[in-house]
Amino acid sequence: MTETITQVELENGLKVLMKEIHTAPIISQWVWYRVGSRFEKPGFTGISHWVEHMQFKGTAKFPAGVLDKAISRDGGYWNAFTYLDWTTFFETTPANKIDLAMTLEADRMVNSLFDENEVNSERTVVISEREGNENEPLFLLDEAVQFAAFDHHPYKNEVIGSIADLRSITRDDLYAHYRKYYNPGNAVLALAGDFDSEKILERIRQTYQPLHGHSVPEPEYLREQLLAEEKRIEVAGPGETTYLQVAWRSPAATEAEFFAFTIIDSLLTGPTSLNMFGGGGISNKTSRLYRRLVEKEYAISLNGSLQATHDPFLYTITITVHPKHQPEVVLEQLDKELDVLRQAPVKQTDIDRAAKQARALFSYGSENITNQAFWLGYSEMFDQYSWFTRYTSRLAEVTPEILLDTARKYLNQNQRVVGIYRPDGAKR
Amino acid sequence: MIPKYTLSSSIPGPADITRQVLRNGIVLLTRSNFNSSSVVISGYVSAGSQLDPLEKLGLAHFTALALMRGTESSDFQSLYDRLESAGASLGFGASVHTTSFSGRALAEDLPLLFATLAECLSSPVFPSEQVSRLRAQLLTGLAIRGQSTRDTAALEFDSLLFPDHPYGRPEDGYTETIQNITRDDLADFHRQQYGPEGMKLAVVGAVSADRVFELAEKHFGNWLTGHKRQTCSFKAIKPPQASITRKVIIPGKSQTDLIIGTLGPKRKDPEYLAASLGNSILGQFGLMGRVGDAVREKAGLAYYASASLNAWIESGSWEVSAGVSPGNVEKATALIIEELRRFTTEPVSQEELEDNQNNYIGRMPLSLESNAGVANSILNLERFELGLDYLQRYSTLVSALTREHILAAARKFINPDKLIIVSAGADGKVNNNP
Repeated sequence: MTETITQVELENGLKVLMKEIHTAPIISQWVWYRVGSRFEKPGFTGISHWVEHMQFKGTAKFPAGVLDKAISRDGGYWNAFTYLDWTTFFETTPANKIDLAMTLEADRMVNSLFDENEVNSERTVVISEREGNENEPLFLLDEAVQFAAFDHHPYKNEVIGSIADLRSITRDDLYAHYRKYYNPGNAVLALAGDFDSEKILERIRQTYQPLHGHSVPEPEYLREQLLAEEKRIEVAGPGETTYLQVAWRSPAATEAEFFAFTIIDSLLTGPTSLNMFGGGGISNKTSRLYRRLVEKEYAISLNGSLQATHDPFLYTITITVHPKHQPEVVLEQLDKELDVLRQAPVKQTDIDRAAKQARALFSYGSENITNQAFWLGYSEMFDQYSWFTRYTSRLAEVTPEILLDTARKYLNQNQRVVGIYRPDGAKR
Repeated sequence: MIPKYTLSSSIPGPADITRQVLRNGIVLLTRSNFNSSSVVISGYVSAGSQLDPLEKLGLAHFTALALMRGTESSDFQSLYDRLESAGASLGFGASVHTTSFSGRALAEDLPLLFATLAECLSSPVFPSEQVSRLRAQLLTGLAIRGQSTRDTAALEFDSLLFPDHPYGRPEDGYTETIQNITRDDLADFHRQQYGPEGMKLAVVGAVSADRVFELAEKHFGNWLTGHKRQTCSFKAIKPPQASITRKVIIPGKSQTDLIIGTLGPKRKDPEYLAASLGNSILGQFGLMGRVGDAVREKAGLAYYASASLNAWIESGSWEVSAGVSPGNVEKATALIIEELRRFTTEPVSQEELEDNQNNYIGRMPLSLESNAGVANSILNLERFELGLDYLQRYSTLVSALTREHILAAARKFINPDKLIIVSAGADGKVNNNP
């Protein structure tokens, strides 16, 4: 990918990335903070996500009930997300209305109130969000597998946090978390759309430069490397459907092996899209595991998940087990396919095909200005924007030998968590 | 900043949507976008679940999903290999009135996408082994649906709101009805219901209208069907005569899904736009409108609580839904009904009206950013006969709405004493909240 973007760092540490796109009169602004579940200590799981919620509960200038309407009134749309390594807020608005979005984000970067009553009302909202997740068997299985796959790293916890922590975190805990992580020195501002970079930079300086910035120290823990053994866990719950999830340590996004792993994921379970908005995906019917498991009726469906993360996280394969088989039998078949991958190099044409799929997915995602602004900030949370621009070419550089080495290093039976969701079989 | 162009200049209209009709009746709608390097295809044929026999509910859906399981010239794997190797995608699905399809590809691969679409629509062979495999997948999907509080609430709501009408029946059928459907049923349904008559096809992206016409002629021009399609008529749809409350218990679930609602306008009803804007005030705007404010922001009862208006060809539904703790169902129900009562007794405020008008007018171009967004929009212009200039007239239509229009629409459709109230989840005896 070749493109021109403007990068500037303000004196308070705010990193600004801008990309002019003049295809539609729209601007999308994203503010990214380096905070997410990766930064959470035991007893405080879910605090980053809850702080994100509180960012909609008002400042002195934009009180609760005003802030949430301000962007909608201008015909824009906005939302926020909290993840392992980051929390992000965005507004996409008509180009001539972007001023309000900038004023609002700069204001709530430092001036949110965290009113006690609002905190308590939001506590039940977040618990309700978690309860909605708990209705899904795959959330319960995911949570258990993820917890078993780490010893001490905060990645072991779900972003939404545990019920116990959500009940005990206080207003002051939330506010302290906010004050520590929300400031220009720990943030990236990304804008894409119909603007003149020089002019909008002036506006950015006026809005964000007065805010005081400080850097935030890295969390005090060690990255976890490969799992030392195979762990097996089971989750029981309502339903009739059995799920199998297998998780291995995956490389961090900055490691060279990440790109080989991306190709491995594509070969095994189909290509994964980096698009957050628009673009859709590509089906996985010709992937190796679909052919071995679904076409042979061991599984109903399957998918793989490889995330670009700051520290080594997890590569997971999730399988909806065919009712005529036990999950252990499906696991044997999965292992046979992984053996193939570990035994001999794949063909170069397989790698070329995965690289073309990635190019197509980028093309689809490029149609959407909100998605392009997302891309600008996303890779800054674990690397730099160049990670993103070099993504497809680094996939194309993967050789069959590198892929073989990566599969042999990571995808072993004695270095994984095997999780089974076993339904209690009760029918209504 | 002064934008170089106005919002309306990028909105699709008669000047840049090309409408062409093939000799066999297929309508083509093209909008070129050479800023993009890819192309989206979206469209439908007139073969919907309204034609499903009751004992074979899910037939149209099953048929749609089986189209890509093998054709006269390609088997399942080779069809998908062609698409996936190019990074392209194609999928089918049935709704009540139509079977729709959508696909995308890099512009260079549009011929491949056209050829595959035509092949699947006109010459599927429904191989027995594939049909049996797909059936097992559908049955597992239904088992998962039965465990979903949201899906279960929606199914129950539709069946109570639209008794004896296809709108009240699930397009994906039930376990028993999917088991009743044979391979020959799929082939028969395809032979009897699929054809160029009533087919619409929108293409948006890096391609010219001339090229689209040429490709459509090549791949669909000779598609003819010798039969006259079956049509059907159903009982008139009437609003609920009294409130009906139904609780579906799904043991072991942490959260209960709640739907409260009634009939809404058809898409072509004159009240549609006023109802839609009113719905935004009721349960969309900002953080889910008045309903979100009452149920989520003030009472802290739910993560989501919002209103939706679903307008179809023969009728529509107007629904408020929320996910709440089992012990809070009654509290949330009371809050929602109170909001519906207020919505139908007093006009919305001038500020609410203006905020929502600005939102509707401002966000419309945002929904047209992507090729897929444009394709869906122009397909709807055709489906609901709104006119190719509708999107350009839209801001005038929205600006003309008044508080009285919204109140009249609310009163016409919503009677707070005659609602369908459905919840699905665990038994509500325990309140899990602190």
